Amino acid sequence: MAVNNESWGSRVGLILAMAGNAVGLGNFLRFPVQAVQNGGGAFILPYLICFLLMGIPLLFIEWGVGRYGGQYGYHTTPLTFQKMNRMKFWKYIGVFGIFSNVAIAAYYCYIESWTMSYVYHSIIGTFRGLDQHQVASFFTNYLDIGTSTTGIPFEAVIFFVFCLVLNTWILSRGLSKGIETVAKIGMPLLIIFGIFLAIKGITLKAGSDGAIYDGTVGLNFLWTPHFDSLSNPKVWLAAAGQIFFTLSLGQGSVQCYASYVKKKDDIALNSMSAGWMNEFVEVVLGASIIIPISIGYLGIDRVVELTSQGGLGLGFRTMPYLFQQWGPALGAISGVAFFGLLFFAGITSSLAMGTPVLSFLRDEFNWGRRSAAWAFGLTVLVLGLPTVLFFQSGVFDEYDYWAGTVSLVLFAMLEAILFAWVFGLKKGWKEITAGADIKVAGIMKYILKYITPVMLILVFAGSLIRPAGDDWSTLFSKNYELHNESIIGQVIHKGRGPNTSYFADRFYAENDGVIDSIYSREGRNYIAIAAVDSKGETQISEVRYGDRNVPLVQKGHMVKVGDPLYEGSVINKIFFVDMSRLLLTLVFILISFMVYKAYKKRVKEGRF
Amino acid sequence: MNTIALIMMIVTQTLVTAIMVYYFIRVLRAKPKPEPDSFLFNDDDPR
Repeated sequence: MAVNNESWGSRVGLILAMAGNAVGLGNFLRFPVQAVQNGGGAFILPYLICFLLMGIPLLFIEWGVGRYGGQYGYHTTPLTFQKMNRMKFWKYIGVFGIFSNVAIAAYYCYIESWTMSYVYHSIIGTFRGLDQHQVASFFTNYLDIGTSTTGIPFEAVIFFVFCLVLNTWILSRGLSKGIETVAKIGMPLLIIFGIFLAIKGITLKAGSDGAIYDGTVGLNFLWTPHFDSLSNPKVWLAAAGQIFFTLSLGQGSVQCYASYVKKKDDIALNSMSAGWMNEFVEVVLGASIIIPISIGYLGIDRVVELTSQGGLGLGFRTMPYLFQQWGPALGAISGVAFFGLLFFAGITSSLAMGTPVLSFLRDEFNWGRRSAAWAFGLTVLVLGLPTVLFFQSGVFDEYDYWAGTVSLVLFAMLEAILFAWVFGLKKGWKEITAGADIKVAGIMKYILKYITPVMLILVFAGSLIRPAGDDWSTLFSKNYELHNESIIGQVIHKGRGPNTSYFADRFYAENDGVIDSIYSREGRNYIAIAAVDSKGETQISEVRYGDRNVPLVQKGHMVKVGDPLYEGSVINKIFFVDMSRLLLTLVFILISFMVYKAYKKRVKEGRF
Repeated sequence: MNTIALIMMIVTQTLVTAIMVYYFIRVLRAKPKPEPDSFLFNDDDPR
């Protein structure tokens, strides 16, 4: 019978692993984009306030919950929650602490594989001599798995599988020999790469290496405070959301790592050290790379426009081109540094996602470490392949929305309520301060009990009923309309357009415009539609159609939403969206069933 | 950069860096707890 007797090797190793868990791609790609989209300096103040009032308290809670469970041999949240309160439903709330990790790992490992691939392409000089459009197209082609960018067939799939095998192998080596070793190598390298790029970004000079503006123009945009933003709910929600992602809260991985800490050992200082290390990487390094470099070359307006595609677009479509402006050698070094730091940020996080799954299988079903690691790898492969194969059909976005966003907020909200109100703050406070190497300020009790749960409830409620255009002044008026990306809006498929059936004979236009052209490029067929945006600028959107489809429009035709664009056999995006949701639901049910069996097994064996 | 942005950036980044360094030094200087503790590498006979 395999026994889970894992231990951390050293305290510094634990902190680096925990910081590595928190430091992820979001520190470098999501944070700058959130800051840009929320008015630059307008974002920083709410962000820092959310860190102090929500981030730090939640870190205390998650470390406390983890170590509490570890005393009883539970290294995952389902049975730890059940132990904290006898109401049976808590173990099913705890299921989120395993589910989120599996589902996030499924698409996160895919992004991680892009970073590996881009390191490789930076080294072999793939981006040398390409213009901005060609570099952006490279990313689009890479995602289209049928197209090979380097002669390697199914390159995206191969890198994904390789990345997954690497994660699995490291996980199979255990906490101290696997995860801790990677954190001890990866975190210092990440910081060195980050410092190198931040210096390049800050010292960027207009007129030098093709830059239009100084790097300080971007920093000025980011750091000029806008105190009026404090009254804008949109900015607060964005700031609170970023705190979740950046600290890997509401996921179950912090609890799992902390569960291997003994009761008499400190968690208060450890959590502060790991948390502030993450903030250093985000606020000092993350803020000083993408924004100054991209604004230096492209200007504020263009960068704001580019961020509408998200941080991934900016990072993978634009940055390789900008690095090339520094010459072949420095461009290659910068590409390796940037995508290398993203890779280390990614792998230290994805390993943290695997650990709860391994721990659960080992604790409850006596699996060996290697078997559990390969079971995790296989599960992520099966769950992740749809995100690779149907990336363009929205599967990736669905995973990210439901597992990587909604689940985290919901889980953290319920966890904060459980800890402060159900388990009780008296016991909770003892848990946080037992063995502490620092004195935790008494005011934290009130923050834990009142402010953090209320903030989390507001964040969840805000996500649930987010108004269209983020115009919160309409909330109690007749003009109120749900945002397409609000939780309710997503559930009812708001804003999905006219293509609402899974399968159809015709595909209908989803935007008004004029047919600009109908053409084939690299074996793919497109209908390009030109439309004028709110700024009066013409935007071209492309609709791809298959070889067996026949266009029903011609160049110059005016089209309105709902007009047929082409005919033939069509599988609409909504099919992939609903199948993704179904798959995620089935995974949640399966884990819930395993938790039920584990609980019954423990009761039967007298171990609960 | 304008003055307020510069002040905001320097104060925030200095503060975050200083707090990070402060807590990390506290960790490095903390006295180890008596065995058995949570860590393998400081054991006389590592498992």
